[in-house]
This record gives sequence, C-alpha cells and structure tokens, in this order.
Amino acid sequence: MTSNKKFHLLVPIISVFLGLLFGAIIMLFSGYNPIEGYAALWQGSFGDLYFFGETLRKVTPYILTGLAVAFAYRSSLFNIGAEGQVIVGWLAAIWVGLSVDAPMYIHLPLAIIAAAVAGGIWGFIPGLLKAKLGVHEVIVTIMMNYIALYCTNEIIRSILTDNAEITEPIPESASLASAWLQNITYFSRLHYGILIALFAALVMWFIIDRTTIGYELKSVGFNQHASKYAGMNVSKNIILSMAISGAFAGLAGAMEGLGTYGTISVMSGFTNLGFDGIAVALLGANSAVGVVLAAFLFGVLKVGAVNMPTVAGVPSELADIIIALIIFFVASSYLIRWLLLRFKKEGK
Amino acid sequence: MGFVDLLQSIITPALFFSAPLIFTALGGVFSERSGVVNIGLEGLMVMGAFVAIVFNLTFADALGAFTPWISILVAMVVSGIFSIIHAVASVSFRADQVVSGVAINFLALGLGVFLTKQWYGKGQTDMVTEPFYTTDIPLLGDIPVIGPIFFQNTYLTSYLAIVLAFVAWYILYKTPFGLRLRAVGEHPMAADTNGINVYKMRYIAVIISGAMGGLGGSVFALTIALNFSHSTIVGQGFMSLAAVIFGKWHPLGAMGAALFFGFAQSLSVISAGVPFLKDVPQIYLLIAPYVLTILALAGFIGRAEAPKANGVPYIKGSR
Repeated sequence: MTSNKKFHLLVPIISVFLGLLFGAIIMLFSGYNPIEGYAALWQGSFGDLYFFGETLRKVTPYILTGLAVAFAYRSSLFNIGAEGQVIVGWLAAIWVGLSVDAPMYIHLPLAIIAAAVAGGIWGFIPGLLKAKLGVHEVIVTIMMNYIALYCTNEIIRSILTDNAEITEPIPESASLASAWLQNITYFSRLHYGILIALFAALVMWFIIDRTTIGYELKSVGFNQHASKYAGMNVSKNIILSMAISGAFAGLAGAMEGLGTYGTISVMSGFTNLGFDGIAVALLGANSAVGVVLAAFLFGVLKVGAVNMPTVAGVPSELADIIIALIIFFVASSYLIRWLLLRFKKEGK
Repeated sequence: MGFVDLLQSIITPALFFSAPLIFTALGGVFSERSGVVNIGLEGLMVMGAFVAIVFNLTFADALGAFTPWISILVAMVVSGIFSIIHAVASVSFRADQVVSGVAINFLALGLGVFLTKQWYGKGQTDMVTEPFYTTDIPLLGDIPVIGPIFFQNTYLTSYLAIVLAFVAWYILYKTPFGLRLRAVGEHPMAADTNGINVYKMRYIAVIISGAMGGLGGSVFALTIALNFSHSTIVGQGFMSLAAVIFGKWHPLGAMGAALFFGFAQSLSVISAGVPFLKDVPQIYLLIAPYVLTILALAGFIGRAEAPKANGVPYIKGSR
C-alpha cells in the first residue's frame, strides 16, 4: 500500500467514489432519490448507442483542451487561455471550410491545420511576452480570451456573413461528420474527431516522454536557471510550449466547428471548453493517458447529467458539483494518503 | 455637452464597473500575499452573487431599504465560510492550490445554479426589488465642479471599494498583522521560526479573500446583474485575478488596475454619447481594455514578481 504507484492509481479512484458518494448525499438532502438520479445519469451516458455516441462526441474537445492545459503545465505555464484558443481555432476551421474549394483530402486537413495554427498563434503571443518580457502568462491568456471572443463575433457578423448570427454550414469536403459513425450510434453527432483527439494524446505522450524537446520543456518547467546552465534555450522552450498548447486547444475548436456543428455562430459568452480543460488536465495529473481518462469521465458526467432533470427531476448542475468534489479530493490526495495509512495501521 | 457632463458620463460608469473588481482583487491580494494562490476568486464571486440575490429576494419585504446592505454583509459571511474549503485543502491538506481553486469555481457555480433550480424551479432567479440605487453624496456632492463629476448620481459601493483599498493597504503595510501576513507569503519558515503561526495566518488570509470575493460578487449582483443565473458572473473573477497580478500584488496597485479595467469597460458602453468616440467601430472599444492591458504589461509595467512562497504549501520541518 505504501508504494507510490498504487497511490497514484488509488487516489483518483477513491476521489471519484467519494465525489459520487457526496453527490448522492446532496441528492438525498435535497429530497431526490440518489439511485434514480444515478440511474438517469448512467442511462444518459451509456443507456444506448445514441447516448454513448453523444458522450464520445463531448469527450473529443475535452481531450484536446485537457491536453492543451496539461502540455503547458508540464513546463510550469498556466494556460487559462485555452478558451480563446478554442474560439479562434473554431473560427479558422470554419473560415477555411467556407472559403476554400478543394477535394476532401486537401480541404479537410487544411481546415484542421488552420485551426491548429490559429490556436497556436493565440498561444504563441502570451508565450512570447512571457519569455521575452516576463509578463505573467495568466493575465495575458485571460485577456486573449476576451479578444478572441469579441473579434470572432465581429468577424462572423461582418466578414463571414452579412450581419447574421450564424454562418452557412461548411461543405462536405471539410466536414468531419461521418455517416458511418452516425449510423452505428442511432444518429448521434459522433464524428471522426475522436480519432484525431486520441491521436493528439499519443502525440503529446510522444513529445513529452520520448523526445529531447519534451525533456527540455519539462526541464524548463522544473528549474529555469538549471536548464539555462545546462545549455537549453529557456525562452524558446517557453514559447514552444505555449504555441503547442494553443495548437491543441485550436484543434478542439476544429472538432466543434468541423465535426459537431458544421458552422459557427455569434457567441454571447465563452464555450467553457477551455475552462473545463483546466479541470480535465488537473484531474488527469497532466499526463496524456490521465487526460484521456479524465475527459471521458467529464463527458460521461456532463452528457449523462442532461438526462437527469427529465427522468429523475434532479438539476443537471449536480454534475458540476460532483466534478468539483472529485477535483477537490484529487487535490487533497494528502488526506486520502493519510486516511489509507491510518486504516492500514488499524487493520494490523 | 459640457466638459463636466462629459467627465461625469465617463467617471461614474467607470467607478460603477470597477467596484466589484476592486473588492475581489483586494481579497486576492490578501490571499496571495500570504502565499495561497487563489484561482477560486471567480467561484467566490459566484457564491457572493448567489447569496446576495437570494437573501435580497427573501427579505426585501421585511428589511426595506436596508436590504442591499444586509445582503452584501450576509454574502461576505457566507463566502468567507465557503472559502474555508479552499483553505483546508491548500493549507492543511497541502493540495495543489490551483487545483483546489478550480474546484472552488466549479463547486460555487454548481451549487448556486443547483439550489436556484431547486428553490425557484427555474435556471435564473427573479429580478431583485431592492438593488442599490444611485445617490448624491451629501456635502461632497455640493462642491462645485468636483461634486457633479465624482459625487452625484453615483453608487456608495464604488466609494466603499476605494476606501477599503486604502484600509487594505494600511492593514498590510502598517500593522504587525500585515507584516506577519506578508512574511508568511515570502518565507514561511523564517516566519515560523519567529513564532508566527503560518497555518493560522494563511487560513485568515484565505477567509478574508473569501469575504472580499463575496462582497465583490454581491455588489456586482446588486448593482449590475440584479438577478442570479449561471451567466451572472462570467470572468469577472478572472479579471480580478488579472488586476491582482497587474497591480503587482499591492492593494493600491490592484485598485488602480481594477479602476483601469472598469474605465475601459465603460468606454464601450458610453461611447455613443462621447463625441470623439462615436465614430470608432464598437469592436475596437470592446477589445480595447484587454489589448491595452497587454500593451501596458509588455510596455512599461514589465516583470511582475509574485510573493516568493506563493503556491507552495508549508510543511513544518521541511527545508
């Protein structure tokens, strides 16, 4: 029990369990039936292939924004700007989707790359300011979120459309939508993006754990001075980390634009994909595998919760409360560790 | 339109928009000065807004004109208590403070909307009947020129915010308590060696930040939003966090930054009435606050040094 590896596995599992337990207690105290509530949640996420398809669809952008935040975090950079990077990525994907006319094998990759580049630029700017001028990346990324939101709305209104709230749908040659995936999931909005997201997770794992670049990024995160002394270019690594992080978030925007919606509309507020990505990354302990699992949990809770008000009468915000509690317990792993040791001693 | 009218039409809304940010940013300064990162400001504002609106709706008939004032007090107390969760996690359980703060954000919004749906049966509350109203400040409002610009048709809460910023500065820089609080954030082990209870100081600082965040949220709710829903507080907490860093973790700096944000936000609202801003496309005014902030940081504010022990849990006896 004392081995670290076991703890690393046990802590998230116990946290999820405790989160659900407290969620049940909250339902009980608010006069709902927790068993009905969780049955509805289960039904809403795994109940049939349609719900499962929707869950996977929701998981797709979560994986990517989670990877974005996690990637920056590995170099000790806090990217609150995933939100803005998602928005510009979404816009770029749709823009290319609408304005370019090409066969699918050129058009689709072009739109996806455009999204990654747009997100990457949106991450590059805070990275550059941090590396060259020491400006705190948290402020700059927060500001960049708002700039992305307002500029995107303006571009939709005045460039992509004639003062309309929503653009035309993109042509099929730029769409990620898959008739085959929709067919086997009873016409959910599941699209090929999930494969891209999983591939992105593989890319992140490879960069971080298997390349010199990843080694340098982590090293800069641990100790800038030591890294500099060892001959690494600290500025370059900070900028690179933020740009790659932004590219992941931009891809998440492409998933929404090219896959789920096929269009972009004027947003009255943030998509929250980026902010949720922070939680996904932290829950997944900033590792690629962890992020995929955490994103899956997030998708299950978020999509399943939509089913709760109609079936069990429980407000869907219960999912947010459960997520908060799980994050809280993961953060307080010291408590769980201490309790485990305590129980172990008493058991002897 | 005279020059005085013009100034009045700029300054009053600027104060009005910045007050909630000032309160919350001051809370952030306390917390971060003691070495506890507080990403949860957003959630604390949500909690404050929720409590103030619910209290206001429930007791408006009984308390009459005093309702908004008592509402913000109650919001302060509840948010202060709520922030203990963050304190317990980040001080006692040695949690990653960023993670715990994110949990606070989720929890506050989840709980707020959950309870709103349960109590009111819908996603948003009704409009409050007893919000804050604009008033003329007696005596000060009668001063020629300055009076109309600063002290007429304004919200008392805006001035409360500025006064509290100076109070916070006095507490942090002129009292033994403030010295201890800053010491704990710079070098907890040295502070501990000198007999300062690091854990206690950090708990107090986080609870203060909770109360101030609650105050900020409640003032926002009762002056600007007037009801509570999931979209009442969207990003104001993060703006306050930016103000803390922009202001270099100094109460007056944070106030200045918050005033700047408020001023810049009010530009897009009032531009229609201001001659030389009328022809500027709305989009430039909308993004102006954020672009200007980035330029200001890049240009002449430069490198910001956080308190040394910010974000590091203190473990007694470890070096």
